[in-house]
Amino acid sequence: MSYFFNTESDIAEMLKAIGAESIEELFDVIPEELRLGRSLDLPSAMSEIELTRHMGELSAKNKSTESHLCFLGGGAYDHFVPAVVDNLAARGEFYTSYTPYQPEVSQGNLQAMFEYQSLICGLTGMDVSNASLYDGASAAIEAVLMCRAATRRSHRVVVAGTVHPEYREVMETYLRELDCDLVVVDSEDEVVSPAAIEAALDEQTACLVLQHPNFFGCLEDMESLVATAKSFDVQVVQIFDPISLGVLKRPGDLGVDVAVAEGQSLGNPLLYGGPYLGILACRESFMRRMPGRIAGQTVTDSDRRCWVLTLQTREQHIRRDKATSNICSNQGLFALRASIYLSLVGPEGIKEVATHCLKKSHYACEQLESKGWMRRSASPFFKEFVVRDPRGDISACLQTAEACGVLAGVPLGQWYPHLEDCLLIAVTEKRSGQEIDRLVEALAFDGEPNETNRRLDRPHLQSASQSL
Amino acid sequence: MPDCEVLQDREIRDLLPETAVATKPLALPELSEPDVVRHYTNLSTLNMSVDTHFYPLGSCTMKYNPKRNERLAGLPGMAHVHPYQTESSLQGMLELLYAMQEMLGEISGLPCVSLQPAAGAHGELTALMTAVAYFQHRGEARTKVLTPDSAHGTNPASATMAGLTAVTLKSGADGCVDMDDLRSKLDEDVAVLMITNPNTLGLFDGQVKEIAELVHDVGGLVYLDGANMNAILGVTRPGDFGADMMHFNPHKTFSGPHGGGGPGAGPICVNEDLGPFLPKPVVGLRDNEYYLDDDRPLSIGRVRSFFGNVGVLVRAYCYILSHGPDGLKKVSEHAVLNANYMLSRIRHILPVPHGNRCMHEFVASAETLKKNKGITAMDLAKRLLDYGFHAPTVYFPLVVPESMMMEPTETESKETLDAFCEALFRITEESSETLHSAPTTTLISRPDEVTAARKPVVTWNPGD
Amino acid sequence: MKLEELLYADTHEWVLVEDQDAAKIATVGISKFAVEQLTDLVYIELPSVGTETQSGKEFGEVESVKAVSPLYSPVDGEVVEVNESLKDALETLNDDAYDGGWMIKVRLSDEASLSKLLDHAAYEKQCADES
Repeated sequence: MSYFFNTESDIAEMLKAIGAESIEELFDVIPEELRLGRSLDLPSAMSEIELTRHMGELSAKNKSTESHLCFLGGGAYDHFVPAVVDNLAARGEFYTSYTPYQPEVSQGNLQAMFEYQSLICGLTGMDVSNASLYDGASAAIEAVLMCRAATRRSHRVVVAGTVHPEYREVMETYLRELDCDLVVVDSEDEVVSPAAIEAALDEQTACLVLQHPNFFGCLEDMESLVATAKSFDVQVVQIFDPISLGVLKRPGDLGVDVAVAEGQSLGNPLLYGGPYLGILACRESFMRRMPGRIAGQTVTDSDRRCWVLTLQTREQHIRRDKATSNICSNQGLFALRASIYLSLVGPEGIKEVATHCLKKSHYACEQLESKGWMRRSASPFFKEFVVRDPRGDISACLQTAEACGVLAGVPLGQWYPHLEDCLLIAVTEKRSGQEIDRLVEALAFDGEPNETNRRLDRPHLQSASQSL
Repeated sequence: MPDCEVLQDREIRDLLPETAVATKPLALPELSEPDVVRHYTNLSTLNMSVDTHFYPLGSCTMKYNPKRNERLAGLPGMAHVHPYQTESSLQGMLELLYAMQEMLGEISGLPCVSLQPAAGAHGELTALMTAVAYFQHRGEARTKVLTPDSAHGTNPASATMAGLTAVTLKSGADGCVDMDDLRSKLDEDVAVLMITNPNTLGLFDGQVKEIAELVHDVGGLVYLDGANMNAILGVTRPGDFGADMMHFNPHKTFSGPHGGGGPGAGPICVNEDLGPFLPKPVVGLRDNEYYLDDDRPLSIGRVRSFFGNVGVLVRAYCYILSHGPDGLKKVSEHAVLNANYMLSRIRHILPVPHGNRCMHEFVASAETLKKNKGITAMDLAKRLLDYGFHAPTVYFPLVVPESMMMEPTETESKETLDAFCEALFRITEESSETLHSAPTTTLISRPDEVTAARKPVVTWNPGD
Repeated sequence: MKLEELLYADTHEWVLVEDQDAAKIATVGISKFAVEQLTDLVYIELPSVGTETQSGKEFGEVESVKAVSPLYSPVDGEVVEVNESLKDALETLNDDAYDGGWMIKVRLSDEASLSKLLDHAAYEKQCADES
């Protein structure tokens, strides 16, 4: 099946109007020797029924957060997505439109972008926000590039070793050819030491990149870290967890200069890692250096309030090689979902979600510690924590847990060799006390899983998610 | 929210240090669920979209987004999988992504594929970084990227971000590369030539093989901006006409919904020499098990977190399987047929400076109308909105004055194309006053963009 | 300000040179012709006091909604004063490109570049050719 809607006679009429004998003739401009001259070597076409069967089979080969209890985190979380988010974002008028090049017929998207920017400012306490970037890591590196350009200190950037390792890898990739040292400050503990940061900073450093709560789920000593950075006139980029702001001080209250985040937590599905939502908000003085799209408020000639894409001279289509970034899209649909989510939960709702995460993760941690899975650090954490496998065999323990219907945690050895026997465990508001007990049992379990453990005792939800 | 049944006796302050805890509620609105539903439902109706309107926005390939892809991408084993699950718990997903790598390699003729980049521009940047790593490995320090003046602005912007210097290449009157200018700028310092073919005027540059040979002769690489792949699927392959690397825009070519500006995806395909330098991980197959291959010592590393924009790739996969090899070729045939039909119907009122034939899109010019009646491309675009059509791309590319870039795509019927052309005819007969004040039937008339940029208001202020 | 007493760069900047405390101070702006060509200006970026300028090199830029235009210094020297009020009142340029619309004052380090500038008549001719 394919999606062509012209009949044979339509096609004949069209060719006649064009003055061509055949469709093939329209391709005459492509020199013969460049033609493929055979069919593409691809599977043959499937009908909708066949494709549905095939995709059902592929899907069934995956364990999912619907078939298993998910305690995985590390930057992507199994938070609850209210039905309203899926339902509204699936409207074709949002879903199948594009960049608002014609503001008169894009006021829905433009107002939604403007509201997204406003909600992000309300959430973070920052002055301005762009209309979103690819993901948390792209937001982090774009923040770094913005700080380099604004401070004209382009040769040195300092990043805490407690920042998401994949974000640091992205920074490394981007900065490698830009004549810029990326100094990583490692630490023994699960938080970075302010003294070590101080030693790494100097007056030529463009910015200090921190994550709070950090990759291990722990809270950094933001007050002294920000003060240290300020004493060198270094910009502070904070990678934050949007949900954590239900209980934690906002980046704006902490005095950071740029706040970036992975916005997946705000009403977006897991999707094996993407597409997600890169949040970037900053002080007003950075406004004209922000990467990506920005919606702005204005009026029509009849003085009616409306919205347009603005500050476009920053962008590649005008400034070309001197643009603030090459990014020419935003994650419109995911920004929309985040806006709907934030509007729906409101200030009390997000505090409640955050409080659940906080209490449930602490409950999980205490229960695990009672079974010999000890934390390495005494640092306070928000919704995620690191524990050491008493048996020292993470991969076997993950397999056992999986057989018990539990996705237990993220093994840390792949990024931190000294944490090879450690698991990063995240607990969201979705988990009930009983489900947390199942995690504890699954990790404590020794031997073959029995039938009750293997089967899930909660209804299997038919996916209603029609979103990307 | 249900009550929190654990640690009920403990407060936030018992679990977190006081200095870290927020002291006031977040500045977010408090709304009822029906209010939220009404607000966003009403907002949605203020947009034109593919589902509601013909959307011939040149260079954006606004084709129909098949509904089956939405349902299938929403299956639990596709939508609700965490990026850090074990490989054994993801065999279906990895199988799909592996097949996607293979299929894009076949369609492009460039067998090594990275699905990681999140958008076309991100793919460009990633490919340029890959090229830099390749040259360094060979001990070469090349610094220049040649980009045609008709190219999308992302090309030079990506070059700068990759630490290279963009050098502009002249296009001839037909939008194709000016061979003399190319020869004069080719030297041992050229790392990459970026080319869009079919080009931004909708013409296939038949010199492409010769161009590639000239670039290869000085040791450079050819990058194909895959923005216009919808014209040549199954007809010719970038790898066969001399490109060494390219990106796809699956949200265009393979029907991913555009979501009001994103997300898209930007997978890149490169030849075997460049393959080892691609970002990691890629999906591998070993002993009938799919796995994430991270053991790639020459790789440039990561360009984003997690695997990639999988949600978009799953839809592209469904789209490719729905069509099969013959169906994909037909996509391009019908896209080219529709564009040529539109061109043939409107050229007597809107001349197309670059000839009577095109590929999947063409660029018409309102210059004559402007001279004779004072009607600009912008006026036509705005008036089309009143007639219920989304406007074509206007004022791009800059090489055509008063340009209107039209791309009907293959999923539009002759009836729709006829209705659009008739509307254009009627509009050109309307008075210039009517056109200058268009649109008049939309929610708002033309906004004041000068005020928006001069005194930017980018967040809501209480009191507004 | 008498337009006939100014010097002009072919990139449309004007210069007024005056003596001040044994130094030569050049006031720099852009011509009315340039302002008209650029249409509605929305933003200007100017250097800070103390910046060294060089003849023919960019000292700032002006933006309209969909274009960015560099401002080229017509003289060599050090910026001693910047018209900060322009940033919030760009419309000044439309009404008053020469007096209120001045952009920077530069203490000249070298007067050689002045000889490359056009006088009023020559500049008028260039504008006529361009339009």
